Amino acid sequence: MIGALRQRLKTRVVRWMDRRNPVQDGPVDIKRSKIYILPTRAGFYFGLLLFVMLVGCMNYSNSLGFALTFLLAGMALVGMHHTHGNLVNLQVRARQPQAVYAGQQMRFTLLLTNPTRLTRLAVKLDHPDLEEPVFADVPAAGEAVIVLPVQALRRGRLALPRVRLYTSFPMGLFRAWCFAPLAMSGLVYPRPWGAMPLPDHSAGDSTGLSNAHAGREDFAGLRRYERGDPAHLIHWKTYPRTGQLMVKQFADPRQRELWLDWNAAPGDPEMRLSQLCSWVLEAERLGLVFGLTLPGQTLQPAEGAGHAQRCLQALALYGQDDVS
Amino acid sequence: MRSAAFRPWRSTGRTMFLDQTQRLRLIGILLIVLLPHFLRVPVWVSLFAGAILLWQTIGTLRAWPQPGKYFRAALAMMAFAAVYLAFGRVDGQHAGVALLMLMMTLKLAETNAHRDVMMLLALSYFVLITHFLFSQEIVMALFLILACWLITAAFLDANHPSGALPARVMGRRAGLLMLHGLPVAILLFVLFPRIPGPIWGAPSAGANARTGLSDTMAPGMISNLAQSDEVAFRVRFDTPPPGPQQLYWRGPVFWQFNGRSWSEGWANRIQPGPPERRYSGEPARYSVTYEPHGQDWLLALDLAESIPDGAYMDAAGSLRVRKPQYERELLKLVSYPQHNVEAQQPNRSLLDYARRLPADGNNRSRDLAGDWRRAGIDDAAIVDRALTMFRQQPFRYTLQPRTTGVQNRIDRFLFDTREGFCEHYAEAFTFLMRAAGIPARVVTGYQGGEFNDLSDYMIVRASDAHAWSEVWLPRRGWVRIDPTSAVSPERIERGVSGALGADEPLPYLARRSGDLLYRLQMRWDLVNARWNGWFLSYGPELQRDFLAAMGLINLRATLLALTGLLALFLGLLGILLLWQARPRRNSDPAQRAWEQFCAKLAGIGLVRARQEGPRDFGERVVQSRPELQSAVRRIVALYVALRYSNRTHDHRALAQAVRQFRPRSAARS
Repeated sequence: MIGALRQRLKTRVVRWMDRRNPVQDGPVDIKRSKIYILPTRAGFYFGLLLFVMLVGCMNYSNSLGFALTFLLAGMALVGMHHTHGNLVNLQVRARQPQAVYAGQQMRFTLLLTNPTRLTRLAVKLDHPDLEEPVFADVPAAGEAVIVLPVQALRRGRLALPRVRLYTSFPMGLFRAWCFAPLAMSGLVYPRPWGAMPLPDHSAGDSTGLSNAHAGREDFAGLRRYERGDPAHLIHWKTYPRTGQLMVKQFADPRQRELWLDWNAAPGDPEMRLSQLCSWVLEAERLGLVFGLTLPGQTLQPAEGAGHAQRCLQALALYGQDDVS
Repeated sequence: MRSAAFRPWRSTGRTMFLDQTQRLRLIGILLIVLLPHFLRVPVWVSLFAGAILLWQTIGTLRAWPQPGKYFRAALAMMAFAAVYLAFGRVDGQHAGVALLMLMMTLKLAETNAHRDVMMLLALSYFVLITHFLFSQEIVMALFLILACWLITAAFLDANHPSGALPARVMGRRAGLLMLHGLPVAILLFVLFPRIPGPIWGAPSAGANARTGLSDTMAPGMISNLAQSDEVAFRVRFDTPPPGPQQLYWRGPVFWQFNGRSWSEGWANRIQPGPPERRYSGEPARYSVTYEPHGQDWLLALDLAESIPDGAYMDAAGSLRVRKPQYERELLKLVSYPQHNVEAQQPNRSLLDYARRLPADGNNRSRDLAGDWRRAGIDDAAIVDRALTMFRQQPFRYTLQPRTTGVQNRIDRFLFDTREGFCEHYAEAFTFLMRAAGIPARVVTGYQGGEFNDLSDYMIVRASDAHAWSEVWLPRRGWVRIDPTSAVSPERIERGVSGALGADEPLPYLARRSGDLLYRLQMRWDLVNARWNGWFLSYGPELQRDFLAAMGLINLRATLLALTGLLALFLGLLGILLLWQARPRRNSDPAQRAWEQFCAKLAGIGLVRARQEGPRDFGERVVQSRPELQSAVRRIVALYVALRYSNRTHDHRALAQAVRQFRPRSAARS
């Protein structure tokens, strides 16, 4: 009964806090009105100690004792303001995390920026995914980096969890906290898995150019360097002359267009995606020209890291709403 | 933009919460906080606690593992048992302090978690309170400030889990916290309702009590007191102070003589209490700050008219309190130097009591008094005869009389040695009067006092202690007779230093030499007097007077004022802190535009490293996002031109370029 009530109350509170702290795109400014503060357990005990000291001073009519007790009470009270001031007007931003494969840890990076002239000490980031809370000092007009590793269980977009920033500096008697509801997510590719080898791609009639180095290819000329081209193919000799990076291209008469087909992969959709993922990685490793067909989506054959990335993204977001 | 390194915090049970620096700081603070106690407690306690501190220090330096819980429990039990065996108890001021010392130092050995450190530090604040039970001098107040600052700094350190804070940061932050807390402390100190203590029991005797008058009198008692220059009380007169002839500070009155010593007997406690009395002449209004003496009387100028709260007047006309004086207290009093006591309605049984003598002994004195009585003269004439004897015969006023023994000592004093201090004269005179059938009693107290030239108050020291007599004469009532003044009129006119030779063992300050050291001492006394009068004696009475002067007549108004002022101050402080923590926009428009540009790029995952120059950063951006090339190169060029070239450029072009620069996230496009 009480447990249920507590649960309902908790849900209410969480909903209220969500309404107050809508997820936002840009940097989150920690406003005065968005900081919550309550005494800690140590704060309650400190209050009790002050009470005992006060009664003792009354008994002994001890003026210096009164002075100390009241000074401590004053420090505890203004410490509340100091604790609050340790969070206020900080800015939180998130960096775009690197894509990972399902089953790996995605490392979200949070930037705490301090646009003020007060150094903020011992700002704590806590989240259930963290084994231990992480503390950071944010220097005046500086920033601190906090890495939040989150287990990526399923492919798709992994949103930055709703993180809270805490601080109980300086006295540890009060704890102030605020939410940093940042709209940030990272891509989780399917887990590369599957026993099947690459589909046979020797058949067909392609005579496309390729810079694959498997077999006995003929040198077929140079083309401009593009992002993602392997370094060993760079034609260094021409660089000093032209100032332009060129890569060697080879013609391989046996080379056929490789199609990675949804239908060629076995199992349920997720297994197929895993298989396709491992194929994409293998094909990229081999430097093959390959295309990808998914139900309702086709990526034309191409090569290079950029292409592979696009394919992986398509796999990651397959069947999900926010395909972009 | 600077980037701070962050250090992750490990709090697993095996590792220690504090790093070595923090731990050494904690040990040092504990040592400082306990230091005054080290000199007070028995030597074995100091050694025990010191050994634990030393062990913990070495253990911290050498990274020894913490002792097991059984070992710790055994040590704690040992400390507990030792305190119980030594003191016979574990509570009370002295045993409690010893136990607290040992337990706190032992607590160090199990300080692993944040909770333990917080507890140890909170207890350190508590230890400060225990010091004040022993002393509340100004030095202690300075110690309070220092220790409080150190403990607070350690609090900050303990709440900074990613490693020891730089000492400078700790010190400044802790000082700031104390400074901000001070107004709250002052408001609470002045306005928080004080109640008269004690609530559950008086502090143990001797804690604050000093040398002072006692409840019996035997030869040597006052002369011992005269060798101390400790302050008994300080007086500030609101009316013109009375002359030295009238500066008799009335203390306990002794009625009963058993041949060896004088004591109060039963007389002072009878009902009805105060004697019948009449006041005449001008009143003296003054306030007295008493040093604690642990006795139940109040010294007042003879004879008090006002009776403060918690005090009463006993049958001999002295002011008494119901609870012994253990704390400094400031009282406002009114006395009338001219007065008559029991002139009309004497208490007959008391008069009889005031004629009583031991059955035998001191026969030569008794004979002398009998001779006077048989001469057929009245009581007043007998008093004159006795005073004339003291004046004319070679009596000497000295702190170091020859010994008279106990048997028949009044005879030996009157007829053989003829040297003594005030108590010898008061005793002998009272004895003679009683032997002549005249009611007489011994009054002890202080006579005189010195004015501090730097201010307008009077210091009365232990060396001003005095004893005199009172006799009851028909129609005049109890009359003060000071036989010492017959022997040494200078004692009354110029104080004890004026009456005694240079070879007498008077303490330095009692001599009132007037040299530089003396003047410095007077200055220091002034500081102490202010301290005592304004700070230490601020209790229920002073608070009531002060609040009444402020117009706060009742508890409700006081509490309203307190909460109102506290809320006002905390609100103002909150505003101040928020203002200090306001975001600073860079005043340089070029810099501002550049930071916006960097922020936009950071939004798509391209963050400028701290040491990265604008050109390098721009090239890096172009490398990873070639499609932004033209805009980025343009902005970088504009910014570099504005920042680093001597020619003036228009910053608006940069601002506009940055405004129009809208990079989109790579992953989402």
